[in-house]
Amino acid sequence: MAVLRAFFFLLLFQMIGEVLRLVVHLPIPSPVIGMALLAAWYMLRKREPEPALQKTADTLLAWMGLFFVPAGVGIMTDIALLRSAWLPIMISVVISTFLTLAVTAWVMQRFGKSAV
Amino acid sequence: MNINVLHLSLTPAAFMLFALVLTMGAYFFASYLHRKVHHPLANPVLIAILIVCGVLYLLHLPYETYFSGAQAIHFMLGPATVALAIPMVRSLEHMKRGFVGMVLALLAGSVVGMVAGYGLVRLFGGSQMVALSMLPKSLTTPIAIGVSQSVGGQPSVTVAFAIVAGVLVAVSVDAALAMMKIAEPAARGLAAGTAGSGLGASRVIPQHPVAAAFAGVAIGANGFLTAVLAPVVVPLLKHW
Repeated sequence: MAVLRAFFFLLLFQMIGEVLRLVVHLPIPSPVIGMALLAAWYMLRKREPEPALQKTADTLLAWMGLFFVPAGVGIMTDIALLRSAWLPIMISVVISTFLTLAVTAWVMQRFGKSAV
Repeated sequence: MNINVLHLSLTPAAFMLFALVLTMGAYFFASYLHRKVHHPLANPVLIAILIVCGVLYLLHLPYETYFSGAQAIHFMLGPATVALAIPMVRSLEHMKRGFVGMVLALLAGSVVGMVAGYGLVRLFGGSQMVALSMLPKSLTTPIAIGVSQSVGGQPSVTVAFAIVAGVLVAVSVDAALAMMKIAEPAARGLAAGTAGSGLGASRVIPQHPVAAAFAGVAIGANGFLTAVLAPVVVPLLKHW
């Protein structure tokens, strides 16, 4: 029961995010707004999230990979385009992704030292 | 026998059942393989996607039909993204201390991702549509779709690029950051979330709570920053 209530809590914050997105016309998806609101909720109350919520969150995050599979399979619909321009696509996606990864990690390690 | 008739005779509930069992079965099998093989290429998400694609291809099932059945799993991305707030709250102290570095790193990652993504496609002869679709590929899928639309890209193509980028990060983040001697969970989470969004970060999130917290911030903040910066950066890129 406690787990179901925690799941409801997550859905509730996502829905508040959805309402905010529609009313304020934010260019950000509702789960991201919900994430920010939920974080703010606990930071302002200066309280640890309830154990059931922590457990539910950890379980969802551990299985995050599974949730990407249905969208990921969508790649099969774009095979023709991917094939026709495969060289610029592969070069760009590989190099720019590694550049982004490397630059972000380097700047964070260099200037965010105290975070550790 | 025309195997295509198979899915027409199924009720929606039965079809949903098939899509869920197929997706979860593929993922659990892929996770099992991952534990056995210990090779980064045996990434569970990548293997599961390939298995499902293979099955759909063999059964002549169109993607839209499969997706309507697998919606329930896709829907879970929402509450899972909201759940990223929990490791964030737990790591509040880390976040306060690394705040300046975090903002600088996020800005650098957002701009590099856009400029390199667009520029490299153009440099190697790709069309402007492909280049603009590449620009938001590191963002979390819902934001990537919105940015792609607003800058003149093709959203479904952006989603395909986002998957490739995410899988690439998930598969190689350990080796790439080890090569750069970056071991701090904060930097690992932030970098994986910025470059590969949720899919890329799904590799580092279970490794360390601080990495999960910074990945969560990176997914939201990179989406937000890039959505705000793209309208400024894109006209400059097009000019060049």
